[in-house]
Amino acid sequence: MSTLVFLEHHGSGIQKAALGVLSKAASLDSDTSAVIIGSGVSGLAQEAAKYGAARVFIADDASLAAPLPQARVDIIASLVGAHGFQNVLFGASVLASDIAGGLSARLDAGLNWDLTDLEGSASALVGKRSALGDTVLVDVGWTSEPRLGLIRSGSFEPAERAGAGAVENVAIALEDFSSKAQMVEQANEAQTGPSIEEADILVAGGRGLGAPEAFSELEGLAAALGGAVASTRAVVDSGWYPYQTQVGQTGKTVSPKLYIACGISGAIQHKVGMQSSQVIVSINKDPHAAIFDFSDLAVVGDLHDIVPKLTALVQERKG
Amino acid sequence: MKIAVCVKEVPDAGPLRKIDPDTKRIDRSGDRSLNTYDLNAIEEALRLNEAGGGGEVVLVSLGPDRALESLRKGLAMGADRAVLISDDAAVGSDLVATSLALAEAIKRESPDLVLFGQAAGDSDGAVLWAAVADRLRLPVISQISELEVAGGNVTAKRQTEFGYDRIQAPLPVVLAVSDSLNEPRYPSLKGIMGAKKKPQDVVSLADIGVPADRAGTAGSRTTVTALNPPPSRGDTQKIEDDGSAAQKVLDYLVERKLV
Ligand SMILES: Cc1cc2nc3c(=O)[nH]c(=O)nc-3n(C[C@H](O)[C@H](O)[C@H](O)COP(=O)(O)OP(=O)(O)OC[C@H]3O[C@@H](n4cnc5c(N)ncnc54)[C@H](O)[C@@H]3O)c2cc1C
Ligand SMILES: Nc1ncnc2c1ncn2[C@@H]1O[C@H](COP(=O)(O)O)[C@@H](O)[C@H]1O
Repeated sequence: MSTLVFLEHHGSGIQKAALGVLSKAASLDSDTSAVIIGSGVSGLAQEAAKYGAARVFIADDASLAAPLPQARVDIIASLVGAHGFQNVLFGASVLASDIAGGLSARLDAGLNWDLTDLEGSASALVGKRSALGDTVLVDVGWTSEPRLGLIRSGSFEPAERAGAGAVENVAIALEDFSSKAQMVEQANEAQTGPSIEEADILVAGGRGLGAPEAFSELEGLAAALGGAVASTRAVVDSGWYPYQTQVGQTGKTVSPKLYIACGISGAIQHKVGMQSSQVIVSINKDPHAAIFDFSDLAVVGDLHDIVPKLTALVQERKG
Repeated sequence: MKIAVCVKEVPDAGPLRKIDPDTKRIDRSGDRSLNTYDLNAIEEALRLNEAGGGGEVVLVSLGPDRALESLRKGLAMGADRAVLISDDAAVGSDLVATSLALAEAIKRESPDLVLFGQAAGDSDGAVLWAAVADRLRLPVISQISELEVAGGNVTAKRQTEFGYDRIQAPLPVVLAVSDSLNEPRYPSLKGIMGAKKKPQDVVSLADIGVPADRAGTAGSRTTVTALNPPPSRGDTQKIEDDGSAAQKVLDYLVERKLV
């Protein structure tokens, strides 16, 4: 028993990022297992086998229906105790990060996060991680087992490789504190309106807009350019703009021909959703803003001056 | 309520952050300040007590002695006191070691709430609260963009990859707040003047009952083995707006046939 991959699911499907981690793990270690935790999840085992799982552990119970981390720590910790996995890997997400953090404390096991690649073998794993806002790439290691790793979303594409997929049901024993947090209302945001993923040009706004009304400036520019408006979590959380337009780790991943970032600091969680845009132009009044590190054209200035002028110039040119 | 807020001193953002090639640790020799995301946690703690009949806000941190200077900003905002775990044997602590030391220091305080910021600007882990909560055997809710405390329960809204959840948990509880939850206040002049006189306990590992071999590099389970610059994206062209930036942006887009 060597590597265990946590397969996160939402609704009736396993997350693509988790399947990507599973197929990568299986390519490094033929003895890779998967674990699926939830309510009514037995049917997902086959999917895991398709991407290389030799064994699929299923923890299926009504008490596990809500995607909350702590009960999942209990289950994975007992699997590690019973089977002695050398590595436990996760596709990064809000849920997976909280599970991995809790597991690290529970098992006194090292956790490396934001990994973009894995090398070596099951017994000598090396992680690649970018750090300090992606200004350095570091090789990271672990000094004890199990090694815990959170893999940045999008790092590995799922690749089909048949695994034996022997299903094993897991007995469920939870700690007293693990079920104290309860889901009152679970996210299931309906998709409405045009998708920002399809736009060739995105004009994105962050908290630097100063007020929700300022989004009209961006809408003007987007209309002139024939594009759509995107946003950051900070403004979505504040209720300034709809969640469907959010770019980043917990929002959409986009790769338009042009991404114009206005009043956005360039936090790593935003960057992961837009870094593969072909051309990135950013406007920010802070000359040290992180967004400039990965922009093609960096404009130090006030967006409220520049955006309306640019809109007028584009309109003029288009006639 | 008694609220513990975990805060960290980090190197200032900007062009100077780097990793020391010898120790392979973050170079902390330059300017430093309190992690900006932690200001949201301090602000929330202050507001909760202002709205809910008072209490105490205690800053808890692991770092070198000089981190007290940064912690004073939190005291100037209105926190009542600070506990700094500072020990030569704690240098180089990773998640396993840091979470143990913080949990032990927090246990001595028995707070009703333990608050964290959304991430440390230098490590970007966004995982520490989950580890500390596990060691404290308390429920945890992260990524909080709305928070309500009433009747011995907290109800929080959090964003995940799928939209917004609403989660409830009884006190005591560990919470990590998003930077959109509030707008941190600026310390008043009076606050700044008063901060120095507020209690600031510097405690050693022995004081909080953490064996030296469970802290610092000895107590850590991860290592950095090599450093490389990342693949570069090509040169960034930088312009400062002197009134002509919009025209320059247009020219740039026209040149690339984007307009
Ligand atoms: C687990 C996790 C997941 C996350 N997921 C996401 C995600 O999916 N997407 C996301 O975006 N974030 C995400 N975040 C949050 C992220 O860390 C940042 O907090 C967020 O991206 C900041 O948004 P912002 O750039 O709009 O705001 P800020 O960081 O506040 O930046 C505002 C910028 O505007 C500039 N500015 C101010 N006024 C002006 C002006 N007049 N003209 C020009 N510039 C101006 C400022 O200099 C500043 O750089 C996540 C965080 C965590 C911990
Ligand atoms: N050394 C530390 N001492 C106290 N609190 C910390 C420390 N490091 C991180 N934190 C807290 O944990 C949060 C998340 O940190 P991280 O998981 O490192 O990104 C920060 O926003 C702080 O609230």
